[in-house]
This record gives sequence, C-alpha cells and structure tokens, in this order.
Amino acid sequence: MPIKNMAEYAANGEMPEVLFWVGCAGSFDQRAQRITRAFTQILDKVGVKFAILGKEEMCTGDPARRSGNEFLFQMMAYNNINTLNAYGIKKVVTICPHCFNIFKNEYPKLGGTYEVMHHTTFLQQLINDGKVVLKDGGAFKGKKITYHDSCYLGRGNGIYEAPREVLQAFDTELVEMKRCRSNGMCCGAGGAQMFKEEEAGTTRVNFNRAEQALETGATIIAANCPFCTTMLMDGVKNKEKEDSVQVLDIAEMVAMSI
Amino acid sequence: MQIAQQILFIALAIAAVYFFVKKVKEMRRNILLGRDEDISDNKNQRWKNMVLLALGQKKMFKKPIPALLHLVVYAGFIIINVEILEISIDGVTGAHRIFAPMLGGLYAFLIGFFEVLAALVLLGVVVFFIRRNILKVGRLNMAELNGWPRNDANIILIVEVVLMSLFLIMNTADLSLQQLGAEHYTKTDSFWISGNLTGMFSGMSVGTLIGIERTSWWLHIIGVFLFLNYLPYSKHLHILLAFPNAYYSKLVPQGEAKNMKEIQNEVLYMMEPDKAPPAPTGDAPAPPRFGAKDVMDLSWKNLLDAYSCTECGRCTDACPANMTGKKLSPRKIMMDTRDRMEEVGKNINANKEYVDDGKSLLHGYITTEELRACTTCQACVEACPVMIDPLDIIMQLRRNLIMEESSAPGEWNMMFGNIENNMAPWKFSPDDRDAWVNG
Repeated sequence: MPIKNMAEYAANGEMPEVLFWVGCAGSFDQRAQRITRAFTQILDKVGVKFAILGKEEMCTGDPARRSGNEFLFQMMAYNNINTLNAYGIKKVVTICPHCFNIFKNEYPKLGGTYEVMHHTTFLQQLINDGKVVLKDGGAFKGKKITYHDSCYLGRGNGIYEAPREVLQAFDTELVEMKRCRSNGMCCGAGGAQMFKEEEAGTTRVNFNRAEQALETGATIIAANCPFCTTMLMDGVKNKEKEDSVQVLDIAEMVAMSI
Repeated sequence: MQIAQQILFIALAIAAVYFFVKKVKEMRRNILLGRDEDISDNKNQRWKNMVLLALGQKKMFKKPIPALLHLVVYAGFIIINVEILEISIDGVTGAHRIFAPMLGGLYAFLIGFFEVLAALVLLGVVVFFIRRNILKVGRLNMAELNGWPRNDANIILIVEVVLMSLFLIMNTADLSLQQLGAEHYTKTDSFWISGNLTGMFSGMSVGTLIGIERTSWWLHIIGVFLFLNYLPYSKHLHILLAFPNAYYSKLVPQGEAKNMKEIQNEVLYMMEPDKAPPAPTGDAPAPPRFGAKDVMDLSWKNLLDAYSCTECGRCTDACPANMTGKKLSPRKIMMDTRDRMEEVGKNINANKEYVDDGKSLLHGYITTEELRACTTCQACVEACPVMIDPLDIIMQLRRNLIMEESSAPGEWNMMFGNIENNMAPWKFSPDDRDAWVNG
C-alpha cells in the first residue's frame, strides 16, 4: 500500500481529504507503529484519500508543555503550524489523544485552526456510514472486552461514547471497569511521566490500572492511545497475564476484523 | 432590663457584621494579590453554572449518599436562617416573635417546617460526624488533615449540632411558657417537633422556663454571630465562595492548558525578527516571572479556588499519583495555597505592604517531588464539586521549576534535547519518522 506524504500531493497540485497526523509514538515506537499501520490499512481499504507529513512532522510539544517547558512547546507549535498552514491543511486525524488535544484546544490560539478528529471518532463515523463493515461480527467473537478511557480523550475532551460505539459493533461483551468514563483512571503516562521514572510510591500507576482492567475478567483491553497501550501492556505483564490478555488499540481491533 | 437587652443585641450585631466585613475585605485583598486574569465572557453560561453547581450541587451527586445528606444540611441550614430575620427584629425592638400575630396559622407552619429541617440537619451532621470520626472514610482521614484541618471539621459539625439544638430547646420552652399563659409569650399553634418535647419541661416554674428560653435565644444568636466570624478562618467558607467560584470556573475543555502569550511572542520574534517591537529604551520594567513561584504569581482565580476549598478530598481520592502512594495530593496543593496566601496577608497587615519573608509557595509549602508526580490527568479537576482547578496551579509551579530554576529530572532534560534536535521525545533520527511505512 503506497502512503503518500503532503509534499508529494502538493507537487501534483492535489489535496488529500484528510491529513493523518501520526505522532511520535506512532512513528517511532515499535508497538505503536502497529497501530499506525492498522489505521492506514483501514483508510486504504475504505478508500480515504489521506496524506502524512512524513519527515516534516514534528512533536506537537505536548510533553514539553505538560512538564513545564513552555518555550520548547511554543517552538514546536510555531514550526508545525507553519508547515500545516503552508500546505493549507483543513482536516486532521490522529491516533494520539495528546496530539488531538493540542490540535483541538491549543494550536487555535497560536494561529493553527484545523478540523481535527481522533481516530476512534473517525472509525465510528466510517462504521455508522457503512463504509467499514466488520466481517462476521469481528475477530473477537464471544470475548469479553473492557475499554480504558484515556485522560485526554475522555475527561480532557468529553469523548466517551464514540470509542464505545465502535466496540459495540463487535460481537462481544463490553464490560466497564469500576473507574470509567469521567471517573476513569490515568494509565500513568500523561504529564510527561512517560519520559521519566515514576516518583517514589507504593506501586506504579499502570500496575494499578491494569489490575482494575484484569478484575473485569476481560481478555481484551481496548485502548485509544499509544501511551496507554504501552503502559497497560506493562501492567498486564506485571501480573503475568500477557498470554491470556491482550491490550489492543481500537484501530488494530477494527483492522483485524475487516 | 428590656432596653439593656436591646442595646446588647444591637452592639453584638454591629460588632459581628463589622468584624466579618473587615475580614471579607482582607480576603478580597488577598485574592487580588494574584495576577490579573480576565474572566468576563459567557455570562449566561456562568450564571447557569452557578445555579447548577453551587445552588444545585450537581457534581456532588456523583456520590449520592453524602450528596443527599449534604443537600439536607445545606438547605436546612440556609432556610432556617430565615428565622434570623425575626430574631433580629425581636432583638432590636424588644418584641417577642413579632411575626406570630401577623402570620397567624402560617407562623406555626413555618416554624414547624424549620424545626423539621433542624431535625434533618441534626441527623445529617451526626452521620457526617460518624463518617469522619468513627467509620473513618479514607479521604477524610489523610495525614494532611492532622491538626487544625481535622479540628476545624469537627468544630463545624459540633457548632451545627449546638445551634440546631438551641433552636429546638428555645421553641420547646416557648411552647411550655405559652401553655402556662406566661405574659409576653404570644400564643401560637403548636410546632411540629418542639410540640412533642414539652413533656421534658413539665412541672418547671415560669421563671425557670423563661431562663431556659432566654438563654437558648441568646446562645443561639451569639452562636450565629460567632459562626459568621469563624467562616473566614475555616474550610466552611465554601458555603459562600462556592457561588463565585462556580461562576468564574473554566468553560473551555478540561484538557486545554493556559497559553503563555509572552513566550509565544518571544518565539515569534526569534523566528521572525521583523515582527518584534523596537527594543525599549531606558529602564524597562522587569519581565514577569515565568510560571508561579509564590501566590502573587498565581491568578486571582487560583487564589479564590484556595479560599473555596472545603478539604473534602474528592480530588485526592481520584488522583492516580496519590492512589499509588506518591506524595502529591491535589487537596494539599489547595490547602498550601490558602495557608501561604494567609501568611502573605498577615505579612501585609503587619508591614503595610508585603515584605519579603524569604519564603514561597514553591519549595516552602509544595515540593518538587509532589509536582513531578502529576500526570495532568484532570481527575482532580473533574472531581471537585465547586470547580476548583488544582492542575492549573500545579502547571504554573512546574513552569517555574523548568523555566526559572532549570530544575528538571535528567530524563526530562534528555527528552527536551531530543525534541529540540530530533523533533521527537526519543533519540531517533528525524529521517526515520516515516520508516514505519516500509515496516
């Protein structure tokens, strides 16, 4: 499947329907790359004309801003917005809720206003429009699934239902954790924690959250964020359940079922 | 004798209001120590928030049992205070139950209704006391509450029990006096609750009963005056400040961090020097501090938040860092902010203006370890029934740590370096950003 970047589109004087903002995790992290590929497979299969920025994409600056380095955030924002505006980008879809939050809430104040969608909302629309049809009720027939709300999609932006609607399209049982939706618990990666050792405590946030997910008895833990996916996988491994319980991004689940 | 009582009442009322207003002005001054922040938009939405969140206590209902008890205590306490109007008029004019003859049967109904509320308040407060001190509900028994905060909570509960009991005793003695036909005690219909309690005063003389009735009346109103002046020193201040705090609360999505315009401009002028304004000549004012080191660097809304906090601990209860044993507690962030603000206020009272005391909110009250434990998950913001935003304070203190003190864990410094040089937080070559395409 050929994936074109914006420079190639622009060279042919073409515009894609949507720019797929991959994000740093989706670009470089081996686990997250599988989410990226899964999502592009779906876009390709459905025939959505999309582009990536390729080498021109840069970190949105989220971990810099959340850790307190506003200067570095503003530099990244300046460069990204310049690139996007130069191409005349109108619509962006991303697989990372942190990038999504930055695009939706923080770049507009800096001169970067785009219609932005998180990939779970994008997938929900494709399913609702009948463009994505899950074969045979999906690849997880009869399995129990639990869904982990990421902070920046859920509490941060109030998106609780779209990912659940996608999961309901599967022929499976969706069970909620005690802490879900607006009471959902963080995976431990946000606020730039992903990039440092946790402060001293009695346990790790991701261990605690993964235990909550395992308590539901689900064999699939569905996530919407590459960082949550990594954190929860580590948490599942800590309980030595990695052979019986899978942590999957919703895009991977859909890609496995079409 | 009667006139002496009237003079005493007026003197007490004036003193109570005077000292309260004085303290309110002081609190206002303290709040305005904070940075200016324009929060004048969307007035309709703000009024709506105030009605739903402060008056309607909408967010409390995430925990239905305490919410219901709290609503009863709150509604009871507020509605019963209507009775203060009559007490005040009686106190000033020397009348006794001045509304009784005017309202006729309705009067006994109203007082009866207040009595039912008083009984419900008593019940609610007793349950609260049990939850806090016997059942030891987790969030109400954390170490940060040791000392004054714990005493403060119990003082509030005890004062409410005393005030409500005095109200019921006063009415019971009054009804007993009416039954004995005592002079000055206007005949009313029986009251719903105290009407059933007169048995406990049977056989007492008119003189004794007047003693009980007057003592209760005086202790009740003195209690109310004292409680009013206790509020500014207590977590109970939330009964007033929940309203403005809900009004001024954040309306944008919780995930949105505040922009720093000054740094945005700095980057712009660096990248496009032609857009920079001419360098100021002469003595330029000192640039503002980046982020917040002390309460004066926070916004006035952060400081209003601190005064509005009733230390219920819903934020800390929901905090993933706190749940996993880290030092961070969003409630402590708010309590520290208030304590430091009060300290600065006292400093100003003593010295006419703030004289540097060598202390600050950052380090003096809140440690880097607490700040570095935050995942910015906004669970604390979501949990607060009165729309306090501890995360906004945490973010500003973090900005100060990084941009003024260059204080970051080594891994974060590496992450910053990677973002700057490789455009990603990890040490990968930017040329490999699209390598996944071929993978």
